[in-house]
Amino acid sequence: MHAINYEVPSSLDQAVSILKAHGENARPFCGGTDILIQLRAGVRRTEHLVDVKKIKELQTLSFDAKKGLRLGAAVPCIEISESDVMRRHYPGLTEAAHLIGSLQIQNRASVGGNLCNGSPAADTTPALIALGARARIVGPAGEREVPVEDFVVSPGRTVLKPGELLVELLIPAPAPHSSDAYLRFIPRNEMDIAVVGVGASVTLDGDKVKAARIGLGAVAATPLLASKAADALVGKKLDDAALEAAGHAASAVCKPIDDMRGTIDFRVHVTGVLTRRVLTIAAERAKKN
Amino acid sequence: MKKTLVEATINGETVEFLCEPRQSLLETLRDVLELTGSKEGCLTGDCGACTVLLDGHAVCSCLVLGVEAQGKKIDTVEGLATQGVLSVLQNKFLEHASLQCGICTPGFLISAKSLLDRNPKPTEPEVRYALAGNLCRCTGYDKIVKAVLDAAANIRSQGEGKAAAR
Amino acid sequence: MAASTTTDNFKVIGTRPIRHDGVDKVTGRAKYGADYAFPGMLHGKVLRSPHAHANIKSIKIDKALKLPGVKAIVTSKDLPKAENKLEQSGEMVINPMYLSMNILAHDKALYDGHAIAAVAATSPHIAEEALRLIEVEYEVLPPVMTVDVATKPGAPILLKDLRNKEEGDKPTNVAQHYQFKRGDLAAGFKASDYVIEREFNTAMVHQGYIEPHNAVGIYNSDGQATIYCSTQGAFDVRSLSAQVLGMPVGHIKVVPAEIGGGFGGKTTIYLEPLSVLLSKKTGAPVKLVMSRSEVLRASGPTSGSKIKVKMGATKDGKIVAAEIWMAYEAGAFPGSPVGAGAMCIIAPYTVENFVIDAYDVIVNRPKTAAYRAPGATNAAFASETIIDELAEKCGIDPIDFRLKNAVKEGDAQVVGPPFKRIGLIQTLEGIKNSPHYKSKLTGKFRGRGVASGFWFNAGMQSSATVNIHADGTASVVTGSPDIGGSRASMAMITAEVLGLSVTDVRPITADTDSIGHTDVTGGSRVTFATGMAVYEAAKDAERQLIERAAKVWEKKPDEVEFRDGKLHAKGNGVPPMSIKQLAPRLPRTGGPITGRASVNARGVGPGFATTLVDVEVDPDTGKVQILRCTVAQDAGKAIHPSYVEGQMQGGTAQGLGWALNEEYFYDDKGTLRNSGFLDYRMPTCLDLPMIETVVVEEANPGHPLGVRGVGEVSIVPPVAAVANAIYRAVGVRMTETPMSPPKLLKAMLKHRDSTKHSAAAD
Repeated sequence: MHAINYEVPSSLDQAVSILKAHGENARPFCGGTDILIQLRAGVRRTEHLVDVKKIKELQTLSFDAKKGLRLGAAVPCIEISESDVMRRHYPGLTEAAHLIGSLQIQNRASVGGNLCNGSPAADTTPALIALGARARIVGPAGEREVPVEDFVVSPGRTVLKPGELLVELLIPAPAPHSSDAYLRFIPRNEMDIAVVGVGASVTLDGDKVKAARIGLGAVAATPLLASKAADALVGKKLDDAALEAAGHAASAVCKPIDDMRGTIDFRVHVTGVLTRRVLTIAAERAKKN
Repeated sequence: MKKTLVEATINGETVEFLCEPRQSLLETLRDVLELTGSKEGCLTGDCGACTVLLDGHAVCSCLVLGVEAQGKKIDTVEGLATQGVLSVLQNKFLEHASLQCGICTPGFLISAKSLLDRNPKPTEPEVRYALAGNLCRCTGYDKIVKAVLDAAANIRSQGEGKAAAR
Repeated sequence: MAASTTTDNFKVIGTRPIRHDGVDKVTGRAKYGADYAFPGMLHGKVLRSPHAHANIKSIKIDKALKLPGVKAIVTSKDLPKAENKLEQSGEMVINPMYLSMNILAHDKALYDGHAIAAVAATSPHIAEEALRLIEVEYEVLPPVMTVDVATKPGAPILLKDLRNKEEGDKPTNVAQHYQFKRGDLAAGFKASDYVIEREFNTAMVHQGYIEPHNAVGIYNSDGQATIYCSTQGAFDVRSLSAQVLGMPVGHIKVVPAEIGGGFGGKTTIYLEPLSVLLSKKTGAPVKLVMSRSEVLRASGPTSGSKIKVKMGATKDGKIVAAEIWMAYEAGAFPGSPVGAGAMCIIAPYTVENFVIDAYDVIVNRPKTAAYRAPGATNAAFASETIIDELAEKCGIDPIDFRLKNAVKEGDAQVVGPPFKRIGLIQTLEGIKNSPHYKSKLTGKFRGRGVASGFWFNAGMQSSATVNIHADGTASVVTGSPDIGGSRASMAMITAEVLGLSVTDVRPITADTDSIGHTDVTGGSRVTFATGMAVYEAAKDAERQLIERAAKVWEKKPDEVEFRDGKLHAKGNGVPPMSIKQLAPRLPRTGGPITGRASVNARGVGPGFATTLVDVEVDPDTGKVQILRCTVAQDAGKAIHPSYVEGQMQGGTAQGLGWALNEEYFYDDKGTLRNSGFLDYRMPTCLDLPMIETVVVEEANPGHPLGVRGVGEVSIVPPVAAVANAIYRAVGVRMTETPMSPPKLLKAMLKHRDSTKHSAAAD
């Protein structure tokens, strides 16, 4: 690897000022599970790695039944999958975090880092989108919030400006009779990048859908919010016809590529399959809440 | 390239060393500290041959920087035996012939130890999931899984034996 | 030599002792090639071509040389001229020019990853930075990536000097054409009731050893060099490196380190001559280690292939004709295993009439290297799925169909003398009698498939010495690097012969100066051939022990015998003597005892395996789960059953990976897109079930202990077995590998459409 500098700010202010000072030549460093690979391959280049793991605001994992979840950007995935609160209230996001790589990766990687890497195939991003999560960003100009579905602008690039840092993800409290789920397709049983990733949250009113959100990963240049597919479910029973329609609608917004992980046809087809399956799971969980 | 002075606890001993920020923990362990038990297989976190415990959590040391070891506790394969006496896991790997070339074995031992430290009664699927981040090309995993299940049972019965003896 | 087929009476053989290198391997003490460090050692890195096919116009190294920490840079200009001819190098036939070209490109880059230059510097990071400063001017040429493109009229020619017999002086990309025939093909097809014809395509795959290639070279000013490396064959490293470097073989010592997997991929050289070359230039030891990306791009995978099979059988299930055309990717230089594939493709069966045409084709991919039964797995995918189809047409169970046609002792091979005692039928019966086969497979989209396979196994040369120590224990020294636990078997054989406990025998793998010539660890030959040498060396030691005991007892040697681990004077009176008791008396009775033997092993027993696999297919995504798997293989005699099982399980796992998800992806520029373990998808622990083993022991009459090599053949059947299982699960016959989800889903959707249409048409 080329030579790098490594800094460990102890406060958010300190982090922001280091990032601001070096601009494009600095990157926040968290789990390292993407950035180190990219630096070694020459796919990204930076001169300063700014280790954000000691900043307390990025380590928050707190849930409030009314306010919802504050998920610090540096919280490792393993903490999520080991948290009873997370498993109970956000099972879809939890299972997404538990699917990233291996346990070795989950012990280091964070949901925040997964999002900031800007991959359209990130596992947790569709789950976050389905939950209506917002990203709280802090920078030299102050603070701002961005809906997660708008966070990634193109493969590998996010809305973060030089000097800005993702601090936490804000996820609404789950409404009564709602739940979420995440499914992905990979050719093996673990270790692969998602070929298709679908996250869904469903709120039920009796046996009808009151609200729904569907997030899609790995089927376009960025993760997607499949709003048409989800909106069409509102007021309907989640029967075979509705699921079929939702699957088709989700497939219709895909703009995947042919690559070594899947063909266009395959991704479009499997998007429909997973959308049906994930809505079914989310609804089943929602019934129990 | 200026080196950083790092102090860490490695296999129970306080250690001081110098490394460049760009050197991974794996490289630091192997080339600076001469602990060559952890192996390089891919440098991308896909094979687990470099697995070590970092503050008790299994991580791919190729994706950790050497400078991050500051103030942390690191456990490698070299620390599994106690004063030369092999651990139950190490013995079971040998009994079950769970290694052929042996290059993946250090990583597997660490991952398996991490599993059993958290889950003393794993099922076969739980063992397989916990070891999914460690690739083996020689064994087909059969004898590795058997060794871990056997070690778990053995450790449990030892614990029960100790409890009964009290 | 008469085989000892007594499966009882062995005290050590057949038991499962802890391997002697076990403690080192579970404590991290074992030294693999990349673990070596020497004072003043430099680190080397290799600059590799980003282009699949390009003329190299110039290489400028002056900027790179100026980088602080860089000590030397070499290109092909630093290698001696190599001749374009075929030459014997040890056991192998090589072309020195092509060998040299693969180490460092001469005037052409022939694959993405082809070595162009090598740098030695004070740290691996500096060496890497130096690579970026080397300026290479390429003239990019159109890449030739497949057999089809390479053999099209007007295709770009990769090797300007390559010729084959049939095309005379015409430049070509076809290095070799083999043909095997027997009988009357037309008559055979005429006599067939069912004829099936299909075309198969298999993707290039890699052996996937977890340990990357490595070498530490130390060149001394007296012209003597030492290479430490992880290799399957130290003597091959020595002779090949000597060839490339233009050094006398006897001036190179190769010390084989522990090796982290090879499967055939570490039987050749890549970094070894570079390490010596750089050491010569710098005066320091130089270590080179490949990254995973380099391993996949630039070491030798095995061939992708195109195979056309037309096979005919009578309705009572007898295969009577086979017409086969096969073309294998050799990579950038000649030498794919297509010839071996051709000799294996119908080897398990008696077929009276066949014509097999096999082509070795040059493409812009890395030069292929051996991969566990090289060539046979591709071939079996084709033949064993056609056989499955023929069985179905005949209405005969697929195992019974194979039993009807299976070769046995006395039957002809495709090439060579008739089979001696072999165990194919026993493996088929072993599967039939297995708990797996007897269990019912229920559930939707599930299917069970079976396939068999053959591999020649090899004999070749091995040497061994057995040293008797002052305390009556022994060491057994061989030149066979241990890639799977074989050293334990060497100790066990020695212990058995000398009546010692296995912990009283220390097995050692020695370097090229310390042991007689020994051919590669590969070809399923170590327990067979090196085991044979060890057996004879132990017998030689036994002979000497008898002579010494005779001296002590003042008797003639033929009045003394070695029995039950003790020396006995025939007749009465004298109490027997153990080796422990005799050992202190050796100095005064003639000196140390070293038993020795060197063999060029004859009596090889070929390997057969039959694999049974249950799969479940997700009908909506094409994902395949392996539910259950059993492999039956004839081992002749299992010296250490755990490691025999281990070979069977390992080969099976590789075959399953080959079937499901492993393949090389090149883009249209000829760049390898998946040069890492993320996208070169090998099975993880979570992808496989337990792999049940049935070890058949049909003693090989050619070996004193009945041993038959076991290392390879288990990789041959699984791909076809999975294909046959998928057919039974979802009614689709796959003709390409890997049978990955996108491919299988496409085939299933097509199948559903066509059955819908034909149903509608009814």
